[in-house]
Amino acid sequence: MTSILTNLFDGVAYGMLLFVLACGLAVTLGLMNFVNLAHGAFAMAGGYVCMLLVNKSGWPFFTALPLAFVSAALIGVLLERTLYRHLYTRSHLDQVLFSIGLTFMSVAAVDYFMGSSRVFINLPNALQGQFDFFGVGIGRYRLMIIVICGLLTVALQLILAKTRFGSRLRAAVDDPRAASGLGINVPQVFAFTFAFGCGLAGLGGALSAEILGLDPYFPLKFMIYFLIVVTVGGSSSITGPFLASLLLGIGDVAGKYYVPKMGPFVIYTMMIVILIWRPNGLFGRTAAR
Amino acid sequence: MSVRHKMLSWAATAAAVASLAAVAPAGAQDAVKIGLILPMTGGQASTGKQIENAIKLYMQQKGDTVAGKKIEIILKDDGAVPDKTKTAAQELIVNDKVNFIAGFGVTPAALAAAPLATQAKIPEVVMAAGTSIITERSPYIVRTSFTLAQSANIIGDWAAKNGIKKVATLTSDYAPGNDALNFFKERFTAGGGEIVEEVKVPLQNPDFAPFLQRMKDAKPDALYVFVPAGQGGNFMKQYAERGLDKAGIKVIGPGDVTDDDLLNNMGDAVLGTVTAHLYSAAHPSPMNKDFVAAYKKAYGTRPGFMAVSGYDGIHLIYEALKKTGGDTNGDKLIEAMKGMKWESPRGPISIDPETRDIVQNIYIRKVEKVDGELYNVEFATFDAVKDSGKTKK
Repeated sequence: MTSILTNLFDGVAYGMLLFVLACGLAVTLGLMNFVNLAHGAFAMAGGYVCMLLVNKSGWPFFTALPLAFVSAALIGVLLERTLYRHLYTRSHLDQVLFSIGLTFMSVAAVDYFMGSSRVFINLPNALQGQFDFFGVGIGRYRLMIIVICGLLTVALQLILAKTRFGSRLRAAVDDPRAASGLGINVPQVFAFTFAFGCGLAGLGGALSAEILGLDPYFPLKFMIYFLIVVTVGGSSSITGPFLASLLLGIGDVAGKYYVPKMGPFVIYTMMIVILIWRPNGLFGRTAAR
Repeated sequence: MSVRHKMLSWAATAAAVASLAAVAPAGAQDAVKIGLILPMTGGQASTGKQIENAIKLYMQQKGDTVAGKKIEIILKDDGAVPDKTKTAAQELIVNDKVNFIAGFGVTPAALAAAPLATQAKIPEVVMAAGTSIITERSPYIVRTSFTLAQSANIIGDWAAKNGIKKVATLTSDYAPGNDALNFFKERFTAGGGEIVEEVKVPLQNPDFAPFLQRMKDAKPDALYVFVPAGQGGNFMKQYAERGLDKAGIKVIGPGDVTDDDLLNNMGDAVLGTVTAHLYSAAHPSPMNKDFVAAYKKAYGTRPGFMAVSGYDGIHLIYEALKKTGGDTNGDKLIEAMKGMKWESPRGPISIDPETRDIVQNIYIRKVEKVDGELYNVEFATFDAVKDSGKTKK
């Protein structure tokens, strides 16, 4: 029994991590209708910023985390203003080619400046190891991930559903022309949203370094995971990717634990089954735009 | 400076350049070219970097002329992708007319170049890739690195004899990982040990947590681990996070998981890990002390087993050329290499005349803290270990 709960805990933590990494992509892909395959590059940027601050400059981990968010968001806003915005109206193929090219450039650049070996962020002692909770092994770091991601999810949902910005964004997405007619600065809303998505990716990159490892190939290695989460969850809301991440995280961990021989295939099998059942994802809109 | 003076110095420079130019073609005829194919980018880049560093260091120490010929290295990056290896080898052989091809970070790369070495009748010096079959693919392949059978067999023997009864294995699911698993299993079970859990993890595995949890629940005496260089750090961190070290489950394995390149960043959980391997930067010979000091001085890091394999690889090429008197005929060079014995920073080594594979000491080492740094400290030696992977055929 306790091993089931330990696995459940690990699965939830892994799922939450996937969610933070992928939900920025759900925002750009689903809300802004932009195929940004360079999403992982922003995650990597956040991870490396956090690593440099903590390992080289001796900053505390919890101070470096928000800065990972901020720096990835800044890079995001810079690229959005200079490059991305020209591609909003172009075809998805152009967007894919552009963003995948950007990914390869980021891989080469990080390889050149930081070296190709895997790096780790020096964690404070309080975050290391496991403690025992009624026989269930709780990893401290994984618990922190669950807490941070849980809070983040609630905040995101509130922003989108309850705030003025949320309604502006939804309006800008649904009908950009009518929205600008009503005085909403659509480009500004998009730039902000894009930067926010990149910031989330950066935070996810910093959080995931400990568990997934951080090296220049990060954006390519994990692109498939981001895409699975968004595809399975559907990209029209935050709840969809959230539940999809949890489901995939728990499924992946359980698969690797109980049937290690076919462990890596569990996540793909789940994706296929879900997509046959619901082609637009768990919470996808039936009518495509 | 007067105008006259200036003109004179110009003339002198021009003359110097002209004389250099006159000498250069003659020199080029006498050059021995080595085509070095290594992964300099990508996940295996640390292998390529170590080998390149070691070769540069060797050539600085011993000079770049052997038997009256200048040694010229042409480096190509294959990113450990076999298709690129093949193209690079073809270009080197056909366009650059190299006398050796060398390097090869991974097994598929070494295999991709094998038929080309046979066709061109030039030696292929393998300095990294570690599966047993490699030297059987061409009579022109010589290896100065290791085979996984060498270390996996020894650690299997050692574990069975040293009170380890139950072992759970975790190996990466690709050819070297399977070699590492099978050779260990064979000796360990023959010695009376029991494998209680066997998990093959995918090569691109992001998170070891569920696998490690399974290992922990199987309650073995030790965990036998082989993961490719680079993933060792990830693995040891999660091993500690899950408290396997506190549960008294030690890590054993071939030395890849505690490569000197990564060891120092792994944290104290790695203390006490016992591995069998060909080289440790802490190997207590005067020659190795000099080697480590020179390497550290030149590159700021310690050399790992890949560096020493590259160092020995270039040494083998130098010595073979000395033996043939500078003759670059491939058959003569291979003949010269067979049976060659020398002292390496890792200890005494030789080239097996029958298999052209390396024969070397395998050391049992334990991770300990020396002067505040983590090192693999050797405490037992198995002398002159041959590759056992081939004898079965």
